Amino acid sequence: MSDSCGGCGSCEEKYCEGGTDRKQFLRGVVGVFAGMWGLVAAYPLYLYLKPAVSKAERTTVESVDVGAVKDFPLGTGKNFKFGSMPALLTHTKDGEFHAFSAICTHLGCTVQFRDDMQKIWCACHGGCYDAATGKNISGPPPKPLKPLKVTVAGDKVTVSRA
Amino acid sequence: MSSGSVKPNKLLAWLDERTKLEPLIHFAQKKEVPLHNHSYWYYMGGIAMLFLAVQIVTGILLMVYYVPDLENAHASILKINSQIDFGWFFRSLHSWGANLMILVLFFHLFSTYFMKAYRKPRELTWLTGIVLLALVLGFGFTGYLLPWDDVSFFATKIGLDISSKVPLIGTALAQLLRGGDTIGQATLSRFFVIHVAALPLLLMALLGVHLLLVQNHGMSEPTGFKALPASEKKYEKFFPDFFYNDVLVWILAFNVLALLVAWFPWGIGPEADPFAAAPIGIKPEWYFLSMFQFLKFVPSMIGPLEGEFVGVLLIAGVGLILALVPFWDKGDDEGRSKLATAFGIAVLAAMIVLTVLGAFS
Repeated sequence: MSDSCGGCGSCEEKYCEGGTDRKQFLRGVVGVFAGMWGLVAAYPLYLYLKPAVSKAERTTVESVDVGAVKDFPLGTGKNFKFGSMPALLTHTKDGEFHAFSAICTHLGCTVQFRDDMQKIWCACHGGCYDAATGKNISGPPPKPLKPLKVTVAGDKVTVSRA
Repeated sequence: MSSGSVKPNKLLAWLDERTKLEPLIHFAQKKEVPLHNHSYWYYMGGIAMLFLAVQIVTGILLMVYYVPDLENAHASILKINSQIDFGWFFRSLHSWGANLMILVLFFHLFSTYFMKAYRKPRELTWLTGIVLLALVLGFGFTGYLLPWDDVSFFATKIGLDISSKVPLIGTALAQLLRGGDTIGQATLSRFFVIHVAALPLLLMALLGVHLLLVQNHGMSEPTGFKALPASEKKYEKFFPDFFYNDVLVWILAFNVLALLVAWFPWGIGPEADPFAAAPIGIKPEWYFLSMFQFLKFVPSMIGPLEGEFVGVLLIAGVGLILALVPFWDKGDDEGRSKLATAFGIAVLAAMIVLTVLGAFS
């Protein structure tokens, strides 16, 4: 009987040649089963931890009344809530209103309008955007801010999806 | 009286018969610590362990009053800070202790690195140490959100956005951690579970392996010390000599912590408002500041790729080169050894410069 055989005596020597005996085979089987169980367990675990988004959360807001025109002097801006998204309204010195998603395209911070700079600015990494177009003009942001549509009806300022 | 001296021996014999700890005591007595100009770096791991013990005790105490709920998280920390007797003390111990532990771990990492203690046969000790540091930074990141103040909110937002840049799995990973599209109750619950249950379990298991490896290999000897003739090498016994020094260092370290807690109790910022703009002057904790500052310098686009993606990739690359140093500087090539030292100095200098720039920008 070869050294690699478990020595149970129930097998012929020829089955023990080549180094694979019953013990090694069983170890292999245990390994394969453990791996399979691991994979099988990972699937429900992933689904359990994956965030479930309810229908109510999926409901998207189409428009928001931000306030009256007199609330926004020329050359100012205001952050507001647009559904589940932070948004920003700017009233540029040319008298036009503009609105954007306030999520910085760099690393997701919430941007703000800086009166002193007359620009949209992100406090996290110093990225700057144009207050009228939302275009990224300096700093690390790679893309412009997502635009929203502004409607002024009478004295009321309404922001809706572009 | 003779009975007085016999009793403890009997007790020891009784204990030894049941615990079989005698070989361990014998091992500790036989273990020696090399004495050289840089021996004081050997204390860093022990100090980190002391701060870890402080974190565990104070963390359990904070859980008595902390409420991981969006409406109550910030208020519960305010209550701990202002209404609970010595609440401010235990919270400050936890917050300052975390910062000191990370600082000491950086000392531990770089002293190990520059003394080339990562080389064969200590590759796994080094790798487990790197993963332990990553876990500790994970503690810092998840714990930072729990008070739910404005700075912690945006720090988490940035951190999760960075993790979403990981190729292939990034988006799913960020979603799993965030518990949805936006940071909210689900994020707070998940971070709380990770901070108080998942990370502690992982840390304990890995720390056990790390310490076992350290004990099995003994203290690493720097190359200069190793080259000395045997007659010129000096050692001290681990037990009791080094151990008592260790205790003294722990007392000193704890005093530093106590002074910081007493002089600068840890505060809390205004409650997070997910729809408000990021506050002016927002910065992450000092140990993430160098990465934060680096990402500020990276241009918006590098060729066809977004700058932030390239920046994150570069940081990950530097981390990977550092983690794999035992496999490219094995001690058999003088050129590579010098390269490893130069690389370490460059990384350390960059971290210090970027941190200082970040602090004053």
